[in-house]
Amino acid sequence: MEYILLLIAAIFVNNVLLSQFLGICPFLGVSNKVTTSMGMGGAVVFVLTISSIATYLIQYFILVPLKIEYMQTIIFILVIATLVQMVEIILKKVSPTLYQALGIFLPLIVTNCAVLGIALLSIQNKYDLAKTTVFSLASGIGFALALVLFAGLREQLELSSNVPKSMKGTPIALIVAGLLAMAFMGFSGVVKL
Amino acid sequence: MMKKRIQIILRGIFKENPAFVLLLGMCPTLATTSSAINGLSMGLATTFTLMLSNLTISLISKLIPNKVRIPSYIIIIASFVTVIDLLMAGFLPDIHSQLGIFIPLITVNCIVFARAESFASKNGALDSISDGLGIGLGFTLALTALGFVRELLGAYSIFGYKLNGITFLESLPSDGIIIFILAPGAFIALAYLIVLFNMLKNKLIKNN
Repeated sequence: MEYILLLIAAIFVNNVLLSQFLGICPFLGVSNKVTTSMGMGGAVVFVLTISSIATYLIQYFILVPLKIEYMQTIIFILVIATLVQMVEIILKKVSPTLYQALGIFLPLIVTNCAVLGIALLSIQNKYDLAKTTVFSLASGIGFALALVLFAGLREQLELSSNVPKSMKGTPIALIVAGLLAMAFMGFSGVVKL
Repeated sequence: MMKKRIQIILRGIFKENPAFVLLLGMCPTLATTSSAINGLSMGLATTFTLMLSNLTISLISKLIPNKVRIPSYIIIIASFVTVIDLLMAGFLPDIHSQLGIFIPLITVNCIVFARAESFASKNGALDSISDGLGIGLGFTLALTALGFVRELLGAYSIFGYKLNGITFLESLPSDGIIIFILAPGAFIALAYLIVLFNMLKNKLIKNN
């Protein structure tokens, strides 16, 4: 039950994009088309879960025993960068179709602050391994959900010609994101952590 | 030379303002601007990181083999972020706890990396510091402006001082339009600030 609550809370209530503002760059950058946003979303779910588990293991089996927790930021970013590279190589060999779909998004993910952010948050919230897995998976799903919804809205927005000239492009996209965030606020209070 | 450096600094503030024009580093821009003070301190922390990482990278970029330059830059940036994180935890514990994980997340702020890759690796030390200062100040300015607007509308206060005795329109809530402090207000306030900034910029360009 606890895990289900954590799952729902991380997807809807504390959505990683719309209420915690992690990973806004890809949110604004690759949300022009629904298909590309799905690819990006899938890649983020994948990398986020793996890297959170890896950073959890490193934190509690290397950094804490050696008492070098202050190296957290440096080590974590290196691990994430290496991991992304590794995932890319493995995916290329094992599943070329999946690589075709996610490949080009993988290098971009290293600088996605959601990945490092969720890894740091799981440590900060003192989650155990199972909870870290659920939390990072749910955060990834929340990211993908918000990204795909937003891409759908932006596709429609491209068709409308009523947007004032100075609002075109990023400003109107930000307003739409604000409205989407407002809609997601409707979930607050559904689950209390 | 001096004139050129001043131009580099001004370019970072206006023509290439990271938050309003380049749209880089959006996460801290949106997340840490629920008040003007938070925005200001986040901006300054980023400015320090930018200046130090730009300086270091401009000095040692010729020593780094081209193939491993990206991981090397990331480590340099992450080291300075750790320094700032620990300094802030020691000397400014209140602000440190307010900004939370967004201080370590300066590491993955695209601005810092973008300046290292596109400017510091190709220019001299003093020019790179000027560039870091300019971009950093532009970022600080944008974050403070956004924090100022959100705090003013969301809590009717300026830099933490509550505005008392000023009656707003009767139909407005009495202690702040709370949505501007919450997540959606960040997006909406930033959108209007970008529009305002672009209009001002276009006007300046026309006048020149």
